[in-house]
This record gives sequence, structure tokens and C-alpha cells, in this order.
Amino acid sequence: MAYKVKLEIFEGPLDLLLYLVKQNHLEITQIPIAQVTDQYLKYLELMQALDLDIAGEFLVMAATLMQIKSRSLLPPDQLTPAELEEPDPAQELIQRLMEYSRFKEAAQWLSGMEQGRQIQFTRPSAGSAAGAPALEEEYVEASLFDLLTAFSQFMGSLTPEMVHEVIRDEFTVEGRIAALKELIQEKERVSLQELFSKAAGKLEVVATFLALLELIRQKAALVRQSQLFGEIWVIRNTGSVEVAG
Amino acid sequence: MSEADPKRILEALLFVSEKPLLAAQAQEVLGASFEVSQIRQLLTELSQEYAEGRRGLRILEVAEGFQLVTDPELAPFVSKLNRRVKTVRLTRPSLETLAVIAYRQPATRAEIEQIRGVDVSGVLETLLKLNFIRVSGRKEAVGRPILYSTTREFMEHFGLKSLEDLPSLEDLKGIVPPQPLPAPQPQNDTASTAQTD
Repeated sequence: MAYKVKLEIFEGPLDLLLYLVKQNHLEITQIPIAQVTDQYLKYLELMQALDLDIAGEFLVMAATLMQIKSRSLLPPDQLTPAELEEPDPAQELIQRLMEYSRFKEAAQWLSGMEQGRQIQFTRPSAGSAAGAPALEEEYVEASLFDLLTAFSQFMGSLTPEMVHEVIRDEFTVEGRIAALKELIQEKERVSLQELFSKAAGKLEVVATFLALLELIRQKAALVRQSQLFGEIWVIRNTGSVEVAG
Repeated sequence: MSEADPKRILEALLFVSEKPLLAAQAQEVLGASFEVSQIRQLLTELSQEYAEGRRGLRILEVAEGFQLVTDPELAPFVSKLNRRVKTVRLTRPSLETLAVIAYRQPATRAEIEQIRGVDVSGVLETLLKLNFIRVSGRKEAVGRPILYSTTREFMEHFGLKSLEDLPSLEDLKGIVPPQPLPAPQPQNDTASTAQTD
């Protein structure tokens, strides 16, 4: 695939780990490192297979996880004195995750404040807080990892006939970007499931997925979920909201 | 003019102020014979009068000052008239970065990245551009890294009276942010407001 989606991924390895913790209904303090490591590596592979521009931090974390996993397999008397003296990397990681998740809560709180503030209109010249329609349904923002999950689930559900792609190079990412843009212009919102199932084969699913990531990056499309891990909707960014950052 | 009721003057100042009116600014207008604390008291009284008076406006205490705003209950109506104005909604990475700075300020980029586990230079640029953070100095450490702090615009955007309004990180678990009242919804043409990364 010639088209390289240069995603500015602001979500890092800690986000992925917290995502996995939630997905498995776990507590941070009781993470089964071996299981989570396998899942983490699967997502990493998927991102690499899609040729996404992965931050080096993801690889560093993969190494850390594997180190923790291999260490946990060793009986304690097999550890060298130097290793015993080091702080336990598993505990260190859990501390980091706990700290980060507290800041995520703080960010959530700020977001609630922001929403509340934006229905208190000031005089239109009054700058940043000047009003706009802030009426919207409840939603959860879909993260990159939600998208990757939906994508890999769909790929796994493809029938063998669909996987044997005969026509090559028919579906370029550029072409899918244009088609997807048109679709959301027309329909305002479309479910990710529907989008994938319209595809004629594996290659088109991949091209569609990369096109979606590109549109998100360009801020032409938004992705939302009706609930955590719920159905994902692709929505046209009407521009009534300036998405900052 | 010097005979005018100070409370009425304050009301007029609130009306013309683009930014939250600070008691110190009002003092420059009213003269040094008014103490800042006295002015704050008058503004608080005025704010109570608005709240009790069944008016369409409220006086909000925000960003260390006072600001005239519409009653949140009336948002559906106001937004019908006022729909061209854009709202700035921060993305989750921006919110998280701001949260770290707000609680840890002044903070260096390395300190923020240590917590978020990912590069934040792009996000910092955006936040600087939006004026929600500022460079507040340099840390006396190797390389003298830049220190970032939040600004008054940050408090204004999020409706915080002061930084003391931030709940403690330990208390945050389970605190539901103060949600606006679900107001009667006239159908507007689906303003797709959302954020994404």
C-alpha cells in the first residue's frame, strides 16, 4: 500500500494499556501481565501491519512488558542480586498507570466543566467562551484503539472467499478518502460496521480503514460511540465546533 | 457622575467587559476610596440579585473575576440566534496535558511526557496558541528546561473561579463533573459537536 497514513497519534502506550485494562474489566493493581502483554503485542502488530507511523514509545513499552513477563516466569531465587535490587518493573508500571489514570479522570472532569461553561453565553465579542450550540446527545469518544478493535474483528469475520482477493490495486486509499467524504456529506453519519460490510473484500476494508484514519486526522470526520465499547459512528464534522489540539 | 451608585457602575462595567471583570480593574474606575474586598462584596451582592431576580442573565464568578453570562437554562434559545459562533472543544490529549499542567504547575515538557507516556510537543504548541498555558520560566536543572503554567484564559474557558476549584486528584475518582441542566431542546440542525484525536 503506497499511501502511508501519517497519523499524529497522541495516544501512547499507556493509553493502550489502560484501554486493555478496561476492555478486560480489570483493576489496574491486578493486571495479569502475561495476558495483557500478548494483547498489547497484537495491537502493535496490527498497527505495524497497517503501516501506521508508530511512536517509539510503543516499542519501548513492548520491551518493558516482555521483560516483566519473563521475570515473572523466573522463580525469585533465579534473579541476580542486581535484578533483586532494582525496583520491581511491574510495580513501577502499575504506579505509572495509576498516576496517569488519575490525570485522565481530571481531564474528564475538565471536559464536564468545559461543557457546562459553554452553555453560559457571554457577549459574542468576549472571546473563547463565546457561545455556540452545545446541545448534543451523550456520547463516548472513540479512541484509535476502539477503531483498531472494530477493524480487526471485522477482518476476522471475513469469509475465505472474500479474503481471496483477485482484483488488485482497485482500491486506493485516495479513492476511498474521496468516496468516504462523499458518503458523509450525503448522510451525515454512518456506522463503521456498515462501512466495512459494504466493502467488496479485504483490500477494500483496509483501504477504507486507512481512509477513515486520514479523514479523522484532517478533522473532516469524527468518530463517536453511543457507549463505551459500543457501536462506532463516523460523523461529518460540520464545523460548528473547532476541534483544538 | 461621582454621585452614582457604585453597584450600578459595576453592573455597567460588567456589561462592557469582554473578559471577566477583576475587582482590581473596577477599583481603578471607582477610585481608591473603595477597597478591593468591598468591591468584591458589591459584585457578589449584585450576582445574588441577578440570581433571585428571574432575569435572563447571571453574574458568574470566574477566572478570579466576574462576568455577565446568559442563564444556562436558556442555552437552547440563545444558540438558535447565535449559531454561527464556533465553540472551542479540546481533544482528550489536550485535556489530559492541561490537567497535568494545572495540577503540577509549573511543569516541564519531560514531566508531562513522563506521565502521559507520549510526546506532547504538538499539544503544547496548540495550548500555547490558545493561550491556555504560558511559559512561566525555566527550571534550575540540567538543560534549564522551559516551565509551563496555566493562564487566566484557562480558568475562564473551564469556568473555574480559581485554581483552588480543581478537585484534589485523590478525590476525583467517582466525582461526577457538574453537569448543566438538561434544558428543553428545540431541534436545531444537528450541530455535530465532538472531539477526536
